[in-house]
Amino acid sequence: MAGAVSSLNSRKTGAAHAATSEATWVRVVLISIALTFLALFLFLPLVIVFTEAFAKGAQVYFAAITEPAAAHAIKLTLIAAAIAVPCNVIFGLAAAWAIAKFDFRGKQFVITLIDLPFAVSPVIAGLIYMLLFGRQGFFGPWLGDHDIQIMFAVPGIVLATVFITFPFVARELIPLMQEQGKEQEEAAITLGASGWKMFWRVTLPSVKWALLYGMILCNARAMGEFGAVSVVSGKIREQTNTLPLHIEILYNEYQFAAAFAVASLLALLALVTLVLKSLLEWKAAREHELAVRAASAQ
Amino acid sequence: MSIQVRNLHKTFGNFTALNNVSLDFPTGELVALLGPSGCGKTTLLRIIAGLENPDAGSVHFHGEDATNVHVRERNVGFVFQHYALFRHMTVFDNVAFGLTVRPKETRPTNESIKKRVHELLELVQLDWLADRYPHQLSGGQRQRIALARALAVEPKVLLLDEPFGALDAKVRKDLRRWLRRLHDELHITSIFVTHDQEEAMEVADKIVVLNKGNIEQIGSPDDIYNNPASPFVYDFIGQVNLFHSRVDNGWAHIGDYKLPAPEHNSVQDQAAIAYVRPHDIELSEVDSEGAIAARVAHVSTAGSVLRIELLHQLSKDALHVELPRAQERNLNLSVGASVYAKPTNSKIFLQK
Repeated sequence: MAGAVSSLNSRKTGAAHAATSEATWVRVVLISIALTFLALFLFLPLVIVFTEAFAKGAQVYFAAITEPAAAHAIKLTLIAAAIAVPCNVIFGLAAAWAIAKFDFRGKQFVITLIDLPFAVSPVIAGLIYMLLFGRQGFFGPWLGDHDIQIMFAVPGIVLATVFITFPFVARELIPLMQEQGKEQEEAAITLGASGWKMFWRVTLPSVKWALLYGMILCNARAMGEFGAVSVVSGKIREQTNTLPLHIEILYNEYQFAAAFAVASLLALLALVTLVLKSLLEWKAAREHELAVRAASAQ
Repeated sequence: MSIQVRNLHKTFGNFTALNNVSLDFPTGELVALLGPSGCGKTTLLRIIAGLENPDAGSVHFHGEDATNVHVRERNVGFVFQHYALFRHMTVFDNVAFGLTVRPKETRPTNESIKKRVHELLELVQLDWLADRYPHQLSGGQRQRIALARALAVEPKVLLLDEPFGALDAKVRKDLRRWLRRLHDELHITSIFVTHDQEEAMEVADKIVVLNKGNIEQIGSPDDIYNNPASPFVYDFIGQVNLFHSRVDNGWAHIGDYKLPAPEHNSVQDQAAIAYVRPHDIELSEVDSEGAIAARVAHVSTAGSVLRIELLHQLSKDALHVELPRAQERNLNLSVGASVYAKPTNSKIFLQK
């Protein structure tokens, strides 16, 4: 017994947590595994993207990202994101509002349905649109008669992007709005606020960080989406190529420096997204902490 | 402004929250809706506010049917149990909200809004907190701000849903006295919901006791306490000792013991429940007419009264007795000591 006590005392690893922490070597091994993995699979590729992009000098790099096909791909990607993000903001707010503030039959089903795009492979999402709007598809003949082209054109790309990014905003907002309940809104209307004023002055400000967070994730995915867009785009250069598709084409044509140059744009987008995401998370966590502290303070 | 509700009925699924409730709330009174959780008191308040729709029945404001008037137009001030302050707004903006959301034509000027908000903040004695955010305030301060916010729109009715429910005991006591004084100053028709009988007794002019969606009794606090209309009210308002008995010719028989029941003089051999409040029992060390022989099982001296539990022959439940602390010296109350308990007041309800 005395031996056990003295050996506990003589241990050097932080006395306060000695009982709950692992031995030093376990921690070192675990941390090394995690770091090696991160370095190999995340950091190294990122470095390679940028080194390969500049392998033939800055001139080639800038040429690659400004040539007409690349410029068009950038433009198309921005258009798709510019349509998909607002669509999903509106949808996300409406869905979260309905789910958090009203009771109706099949609520759980709606929540599950919102997750559908996460559950199915993007390629399948693309194929579904093909079956619906393609020439042999369900609406194909009607669309053909009216001279409306959805597949292999910008509308198809936008549709696929909207579908894929569909859950991002809604999923951020639903738990938050459910947690907040509807008391603040009720207070606002008893004070005479119209529905519109209640939304702008009470509901929106109380979810703004979550909304922004959802928008950033939604935007990142919209710009980076490959699978679904690849099926519906037809990959017509300077017409239906988005950035990820353009990169693939360049790569397949052995234009590695150009491919990596364009890829570095998406990598940059990812980095910016991560920074913004952490900022927002920090901000939201701080507000949450304040709210919790406020709720428990008497 | 007076409020009348007529034949209100409301169910949630299989649960009946209100069962044909009709009530009058006279102008300028402070009325408490009192009852255990699930009795329908909050539902009634929310229907009066317009935050909930009744399945049947109507709400009248000053004689006018308001059942289908939107919350926004009812001009009620509503105070929530958890304050429901707008988190992202300062105290000033919270209080000003009801004025700043008015359409341009009826909105007061910024100057008069400012003046009004500061008046209200002075009324709730928190003018110095105008620039703070809700999370920087204590619970009691937040509820006072919520009240100032509700008063800003000059409501004709003030509705409070368990306004002190989330506060600790001390703050609660202070705030309810403060609410009473405020009401005496403003004389606005007010209804507040509570499950705390002590709170209702202390604050309200009139108490409505609700149980399972039905009104059990309406009356002044004195009335409710001294003349409870039903076993439920008797049981709910304060602690009781309960005896199963049979009433026969003006006496309630409990085993071979009997309590006087003059109000049931003409009743012959009918089951009844006899209630005796713990403070309506005298203790003595000598036997006397109408006393119950008992033994001391437990004595609690923590608090302003002596709480004594006695074991006796009439039932298996202990008899609870409350005595003034001064009695401590006159009686031997050690555990096991023999005493005689004599009810000085009792209430007998016939069982249907």
